[in-house]
Amino acid sequence: MAKLIVDGIEIDVPAEFTLLQACEEAGKEIPRFCYHERLSIAGNCRMCLVEVKGGPPKPTASCAMAVKDLRPGPNGEPPVVLTNSPMVKKAREGVMEFLLINHPLDCPICDQGGECDLQDQAMAYGVDSSRFAENKHAVTDKYIGPLVKTSMNRCIHCTRCVRFTAEVAGTSDMGAIGRGEDMEITTYLQTAMKSELSGNIADICPVGALLPKPQNFKARPWELNKTPAVDVMDAVGSAIRVDTRGREVMRILPRVNEAVNEEWISDKTRQIVDGLRRQRLDRPYVRENGKLRVASWGEAFGVIAARTKATASEKIGALAGDLVSVEEMFALKQLVESLGSKNLDCRQDGSKLDPALGRASYIFNTTIAGIEEADALVIVGSNPRKEAPVLNARILKRKRAGKFMTGVIGERADLTYAYEHFGAGPESIADFVSKAPKDVAKPMMIVGQAALARPDGKAVLAALAKAALDMGMVKDGWNGFNVLHTAASRVGGLDVGFTPGEGGLDAIAMTNPGGADLIFNLGADEIDIAPGAFVVYIGTHGDRGAHRADVILPCAAYTEMSGLYANTEGRVQRSDRACFPPGDAREGWAILRALSDVLGKKLPYDSLGALRLALVAAHPQYGAVDEVVPAEAGAITALAGLGGAMDKTPFGSAVDDFYLTNPIARASAVMAECSSVAAGGYKQAAE
Amino acid sequence: MSARRLAADQPASFEMTPETQAKLDRIIAKYPQGKQASAVISALWLAQKQNDYWLPRAAIEKVAETLGMPYIRVMEVATFYTMFNLEPVGRYFIQMCGTTPCLLAGSDGIKAYLEQRVGPQRKVTADGNFSWLEVECLGACCNAPMVQINDDYYEDLTVENFGKLLDDLAAGRPVRVGSQTGRMTSEPDGGLTTLTTFYGADGKSGPQSLKK
Repeated sequence: MAKLIVDGIEIDVPAEFTLLQACEEAGKEIPRFCYHERLSIAGNCRMCLVEVKGGPPKPTASCAMAVKDLRPGPNGEPPVVLTNSPMVKKAREGVMEFLLINHPLDCPICDQGGECDLQDQAMAYGVDSSRFAENKHAVTDKYIGPLVKTSMNRCIHCTRCVRFTAEVAGTSDMGAIGRGEDMEITTYLQTAMKSELSGNIADICPVGALLPKPQNFKARPWELNKTPAVDVMDAVGSAIRVDTRGREVMRILPRVNEAVNEEWISDKTRQIVDGLRRQRLDRPYVRENGKLRVASWGEAFGVIAARTKATASEKIGALAGDLVSVEEMFALKQLVESLGSKNLDCRQDGSKLDPALGRASYIFNTTIAGIEEADALVIVGSNPRKEAPVLNARILKRKRAGKFMTGVIGERADLTYAYEHFGAGPESIADFVSKAPKDVAKPMMIVGQAALARPDGKAVLAALAKAALDMGMVKDGWNGFNVLHTAASRVGGLDVGFTPGEGGLDAIAMTNPGGADLIFNLGADEIDIAPGAFVVYIGTHGDRGAHRADVILPCAAYTEMSGLYANTEGRVQRSDRACFPPGDAREGWAILRALSDVLGKKLPYDSLGALRLALVAAHPQYGAVDEVVPAEAGAITALAGLGGAMDKTPFGSAVDDFYLTNPIARASAVMAECSSVAAGGYKQAAE
Repeated sequence: MSARRLAADQPASFEMTPETQAKLDRIIAKYPQGKQASAVISALWLAQKQNDYWLPRAAIEKVAETLGMPYIRVMEVATFYTMFNLEPVGRYFIQMCGTTPCLLAGSDGIKAYLEQRVGPQRKVTADGNFSWLEVECLGACCNAPMVQINDDYYEDLTVENFGKLLDDLAAGRPVRVGSQTGRMTSEPDGGLTTLTTFYGADGKSGPQSLKK
């Protein structure tokens, strides 16, 4: 710790702090453009100048000077930093004048207006007129991908985007070519960025040079209502902010959650916005003579009630999709069980995870933040870059910190960091264990759905649990056995036991010919249901599930309802409602509650609050929102003893096309463009 | 200095010759494992020398692949340094120093001559012999004005001796590298004024063979 005096306030901070951090500790705001606390220090914008006594006799860039580099006064008094002296003010005004020399005066037509760092800081340090009589330099706009629009005249060369793509995204897409006044920020020959996190560069851009392309000229920030929510595009559960105008979602931005997504979100999380508007189910439908026709809620419920009455209880089944909330699954489970059926499944990909094996067998025990503590990692049957880009960024962060051995069993994919490949299928597991280094303190394993969603998935899971134990991954205070899910609802579904009961059918058996005769399909779009079954689809989009349905009950998407979600770590998070569902659509739990009344099995709750109370009573961990309740590690030991035969099929991939994994994304034109750009090798899209 | 961008016409591919590759391997070996990217400037320089003194896009990509760097990182280096030519240059590529000492000693005359004889900067003559570029100080101020042609310095220029130099180069006649007035390296223009007893009573130093 080192003492220093900032504007007369004496503080004690760690010696490796920068002056900027120390000043913030003292409660002083330092203007900055290039400095970003999650990126390396560049020190090129010069806006954070402060006056230092005990340092060089000139204004000092506070982001690039460490507290430990300051000298004490002649009598040993602590160094003094001034953040609002006349010298500092004059220096910053000079910097601002230089920045504004080449910055266009187009704030009225710039989408960044209202949330622009340069605009805000010019209010404090700008002068009212320009002394620059020469021509401003002009830079051609660049194509850098379908998600980020460029307006390069506005660029102030802070290089945050360059550092972001190199250090966080790991793809090194952006760079600064040329030098001096000819310096331009671009991708290599204006190809599209290859990162799944590319949208974040529009957030970190301090000016209006990089803007979200799909939101171009659509809204002003002060018109938007901001609602905290939780993302459901993958199982990471990134903290998001849903910005709405009227009843329309205009954009989705990240919120800071150090434990989960830091401040990044994936491109799918950010830009499925237009998918929330297109292809929406806004009225109930009933299939008559092979064609779906619009019906009233009463009619639709009547058809379901008649069908339920005519179906034997063991022929009734229920499926839960990837995007649904825990409350919805809990209510559907209670409804179907009250009808006398045990045919329930939330694992539409055929994953062999089972809550009976213990909670530790299906959650990310290490926690996402825990990746930073680990010192070795093996990834089995997973491509975290496609399945959870934000989590992959955390792995890259750990990798960049050094001394982090990384191995992969499964697909040989570009994960943005180097790794050793140990084989493609289950037979490589034993081989890997024999080769694995023994002298690591906190090794971890990430098991993907590609390793589990196969007929021998349970045996693979057991073999991996055994491998984890053999490699010392499970010990006091450290559980390195992790399952990475791809579906936001999956951990919640396993937690509430949305899996076949004693003798019940699982998702595959239920949907095969001769399976269930009546299927309540709660947003499961990634599974084919064989002809014959009568399908009640409760969902949001006219996607695969709706095409197969006999009755469609339209429900609210994740931005349109409050709900609890458990992410891959088992972290319970609450998402709030940002806007209302379209047309006659209702929240999923309310549909189930109303339907239960018609079926004569009225669910015992009249409000979401009451439903949550019932949920917490049955599953107490859902009372602890935003927390991870550690799972009993004994489950891994028990699991390891199961054994079982594995075949030699290599692990495939759980996510084929990152941009099109769920009905909302498939309805989005922006995601379709991203997908085609990626398929076309990231070359420039036709104008 | 105007914006430095890739040339419009690009060759389809670039391969390093075994000699270039061998030189590059020696340079890469100087850096520790994992730090091969440090060799990027040397690698680009070798590629440029092999490719008639200019760097096509394919060479930039080849260097990036050789050193395991993203393309954009190598592109940044290639577009930053003026020593890398991104478009074809003449067989004799003239870099004329236009900085203050050379200007005081008459480089504006050389510049006017180049404009008249070779044409505008960065444009190769029809016969492919010459192209030229005004550059910043090349560090030979005491022999100003001077130009660098390919790898060599030609100093103490006047419009007359420079014109003859270009004639000789174009005709393939041998030329003298360094001072064009017969001065030894950067000794005083009028001959030695000190240590004359050690270095030749004629006021010129060096081996007799070089003295005119």
